[in-house]
Amino acid sequence: MTTSLFGERVQRLEDPRLLTGNGRYLDDLGRDALAAAFVRSPHAHARIREINVDRALDVPGIVAIYTWEDLPERIGEPLPLLIPHPALTHGRTARPLAKDVVRHVGEPVVMVVARDRYAAEDACDRIEVEYEPLPAVVGIENAVRGEHLVHPDVPGNVGAHLVQEVPSADGRSAAEMIEAAPHRLEFRLDIERSASMPLEGRGVYARWDPDDGSLRVYSSTQTSTSVRMAIAAKLGLPLPKVEVIAPDVGGGFGVKIMHPWPEEVLIPWAARTLGREIKWTEDRREHFISSAHERGQVQYVRVGFDDDGRILGLDVTFLHDHGAYTPYGIIVPIITSTQLLGPYKPGAYRVEFSSVYTNTVIVTPYRGAGRPQGVFCMERTMDRIAAYLGKDRTEVRAANFIQPDEFPYDHRLTFQDGRPLIYDSGNYPEALRMLKELIGWDEFAKERERAAAEGRRIGIGIGCYVEGTGVGPYEGGHVQVTSDGRVHVSTGLTSQGQGHQTAFAQIAATELGVPIERVSVVTGDTRRFGYAVGTFASRAAVMSGNAIALACRKVREKALRIAADALEADPGDLTITDGIVHVKGNPSASIPLSTVAVLANPLRYAFDEEAKRATQFATAASDDKPPVAEGEEPGLEGRDYYSPVRSTFAYGMHAAIVETDPETAEIKVLRYAVVHDCGRLINPMIVDGQIHGGVAQGIGGALYERMVYDEHGQLLNASFMDFLMPYATEVPRVETAHLETPSPLNPLGIKGAGEAGVIPVSAVIASAIEDAEGIPIMKMPISPSELFHLRRTASARVG
Amino acid sequence: MKPPPFDYHAPRTVGEALEVLADAGPEGKVLAGGQSLIPLMNMRLAAPARLVDINRIGALDTVTADARGVRVGALARHATVERSAAVAERQPLLRQALRHVAHPVIRNRGTVVGSIVHADPAAELPAVLALLGGTVRLARHGAPEREVPAAEFFLGPLESALQPGELAVSAFFPALPPGSGTAFCEIARRHGDFALAGVAALVTLDDDLRITTAKVACIGVGPVPVVVDVSAECARRPAASAASPAVAAAVRDRVEPEDDIHATAEYRRHLTGVLAERALRLAAERASHG
Ligand SMILES: Cc1cc2nc3c(=O)[nH]c(=O)nc-3n(C[C@H](O)[C@H](O)[C@H](O)COP(=O)(O)OP(=O)(O)OC[C@H]3O[C@@H](n4cnc5c(N)ncnc54)[C@H](O)[C@@H]3O)c2cc1C
Repeated sequence: MTTSLFGERVQRLEDPRLLTGNGRYLDDLGRDALAAAFVRSPHAHARIREINVDRALDVPGIVAIYTWEDLPERIGEPLPLLIPHPALTHGRTARPLAKDVVRHVGEPVVMVVARDRYAAEDACDRIEVEYEPLPAVVGIENAVRGEHLVHPDVPGNVGAHLVQEVPSADGRSAAEMIEAAPHRLEFRLDIERSASMPLEGRGVYARWDPDDGSLRVYSSTQTSTSVRMAIAAKLGLPLPKVEVIAPDVGGGFGVKIMHPWPEEVLIPWAARTLGREIKWTEDRREHFISSAHERGQVQYVRVGFDDDGRILGLDVTFLHDHGAYTPYGIIVPIITSTQLLGPYKPGAYRVEFSSVYTNTVIVTPYRGAGRPQGVFCMERTMDRIAAYLGKDRTEVRAANFIQPDEFPYDHRLTFQDGRPLIYDSGNYPEALRMLKELIGWDEFAKERERAAAEGRRIGIGIGCYVEGTGVGPYEGGHVQVTSDGRVHVSTGLTSQGQGHQTAFAQIAATELGVPIERVSVVTGDTRRFGYAVGTFASRAAVMSGNAIALACRKVREKALRIAADALEADPGDLTITDGIVHVKGNPSASIPLSTVAVLANPLRYAFDEEAKRATQFATAASDDKPPVAEGEEPGLEGRDYYSPVRSTFAYGMHAAIVETDPETAEIKVLRYAVVHDCGRLINPMIVDGQIHGGVAQGIGGALYERMVYDEHGQLLNASFMDFLMPYATEVPRVETAHLETPSPLNPLGIKGAGEAGVIPVSAVIASAIEDAEGIPIMKMPISPSELFHLRRTASARVG
Repeated sequence: MKPPPFDYHAPRTVGEALEVLADAGPEGKVLAGGQSLIPLMNMRLAAPARLVDINRIGALDTVTADARGVRVGALARHATVERSAAVAERQPLLRQALRHVAHPVIRNRGTVVGSIVHADPAAELPAVLALLGGTVRLARHGAPEREVPAAEFFLGPLESALQPGELAVSAFFPALPPGSGTAFCEIARRHGDFALAGVAALVTLDDDLRITTAKVACIGVGPVPVVVDVSAECARRPAASAASPAVAAAVRDRVEPEDDIHATAEYRRHLTGVLAERALRLAAERASHG
């Protein structure tokens, strides 16, 4: 019996396959392919004097060696700037292989193709590149000082500069409001770099079919459709001759939405040039030094507020480090600057940022995408205000909330999609009430006393955020019911482990009234669906989920029409349950969807039993009508697109209790609670999983992960030995509660959930440590060593 | 992350292994559990031309424990030694230390002798050997075996007295003296990581439960394990006061930590003091209950 599967904790359909080792990730493919490896720059900034490949030529198994000079013009050009913005006045992108100058350690200089990766790396070792080192620009503040330049034609290293200003209701500027406020504070907040760091790095496998003149490319990407367009354009191939498939992808978290990566152009080009299958599988060191990072920002806050802690004026100026190039534009700082407002409505707001070049790995969105920094800014501000006024931290937040009756709420800012920042729905006071109850906020003082009596130090922290999810422009869905009664769903965006096969199947099963076992879902395969944007910005469920629902509705409508004909009933009297169309109140008058699928196609060879059986329903063809009526198509299928006017805004509030060791300064998260609202839940278990993973990543960003560059631009911790990601032992159990405020913007009433877990974690942990220690925490991440020194400085100041 | 080419040998006997090693000289490297060597080779930080895999030499897969102490053969895995009740009875510090060595999957492959030969200054087992005054037995083709005391074995970071052509066949850990207790306390950034700082302690009491000797070995705070004898600071004090600020200060003064990306030298020094107190307290407590 199919009831509505929407909203059920359905077990993930993909897991048995993935957990039994039957996943097919990039490196599982192309066993006989040649392997590529790259000579990458060991310098952060240098001029290439000479490249000598002679000693590599006699490595057994070598097939080809390419430098920039070997590339045809179109391949050797700088890669596209994907998302231009008027504020990005000095956008610069890299070439697939460096010409003349390298601008970060890890920039590809030479590509080697060989029998296998061993031989390719042996050859790389023997290629001699003579560099003339140039001064490296490392660190945001060094960059803005502009003493040395990353690009000679970018003065002051500033790639972009943007100001947005929202005056108060009576037209006063943020500066005026702050001046006039009863209380004022001013401080600086820093966040360091981390990275998406998926379990599976990037990878590309290309094969050229000389007979067919076509190219098939597998890429571990978050957007196969756009990679396809990029390859077709770069290689000058007709689009229909290029297929791009995202196989199983072992995590993306943002880094794989960047495209085309140099390798996504070079590998297909070399495959076509050599007429051979070629595969490149990124190794971890390559991932550290040549795939994207994110988060590094220095942020200055000025805030004016009243006696209740209400923010009258807020002025934020921040510096964003975007690394050596800007292929993905300035999405990250734009998101910080708009989303830092969270659930609050300051009287007036001004934000200004400069996005600067450094001789480090490029920055593109990583799960959270600028929000963790913004939330850190806003939530630390809330805590500072509370501390200043001697008020409870939750009270100050509540005083600033947008109220439930104020939706839709227009912030009068421009969001990342270039559209107005208008929140669609939410209930912030209720979420706060739930969170306080879940974590035991009001009882915590007693708990703290008990712990103190045992010589233990504990603290509680909180953080709130709002996340614009489901950005456009569109996604599509295609749904086909075949004569065996199976339902084939496809959508163009990709999957990196989120459970799309389950969530989308739940939607299709619910819309069509079929058992979920009959539904299969394909994502990220341009052979099945050509138009898509990609999986990022917590958009897959909102965008493809709704598109698939709309496509299903078309199929359902058609099925009912055909069934009504066959059953001589009114379509309005029909319903579909368990894959069978029947007349409401008369279960005996029924026809299976499989039969309807046969009837939908006038060409009826009796290939299978179903087709034979369908003949009983066959209506006599009328001689004066075409077999496929006007406006109809053969087959039981439907395609539709969902394109929203603007983003839908999910939100959440997190709280944590941490313990700090008075002697060793170790920091332990004792409890972590999340209240989360992403509208209607398709599958609460999957949403919980997304939150758990997000919180784990957030704990990493708060307590463990950082990119340690030395002054020469060498990344000192480019391995899992020294870049510390939390193990299961470091991640607390996450307690969650859900609120479901439907989005009025889309048919399913859903909002995105993919990034939620990670966004406020640094703010929450900082808040809790500050509470435990009584020392302001203005920089994240924080290590025990740093806490130890903060204590020293604080006690020196007191003593 | 693929190693450069190398020749691979998989001898079945110690004699065969020694012959290959003698022939290979400085070009040869022993492969035991591979938990340190293989990553180094994959990152091309080590490039031995000839690899001598000892994993098929059954004769090296031994652990014996008697009244004198515990002898661990070169193929005994961390996990085997950790789980051995006989070992725990004769020298409890081994199990106490091994629990801090990496994670179970790594302990299933990594060997105790390999860890000692590897001589990582942040590793636990070299400190155990140094604290207990153990020895390493080295064999060489056509020469008698030599027994090197811990104090002479660890020469610097990743540098031991093992010479090219030599195979470490076993390590010996003296048994716990009567009236003694041990403890291993450490702090790592994440569970199972190499320690930021760690301290092994050995405390011996007389019949009145007063301290006669107290020693610690500190890891991660010098080029080799730093053994500090604090018997003088603890002299004749009751077990319950094994830990004191004076002891912590004495230990802090002796270590030479350095700054790195995970912690400052100052913090490491501080931690070592705290951990020395904790380890001594625990060891003394165990000694008095033992
Ligand atoms: C993720 C991870 C975390 C770890 N954490 C810790 C930790 O917290 N503490 C810790 O102590 N260790 C840790 N280790 C290292 C682990 O304990 C290793 O097993 C150990 O250091 C080396 O033992 P092995 O048998 O693997 O030696 P191998 O890797 O095989 O060899 C290491 C070196 O010793 C030499 N060698 C080994 N055996 C002999 C022999 N019999 N004769 C001569 N030379 C020999 C080799 O030639 C090589 O130079 C960790 C390892 C990993 C991968």
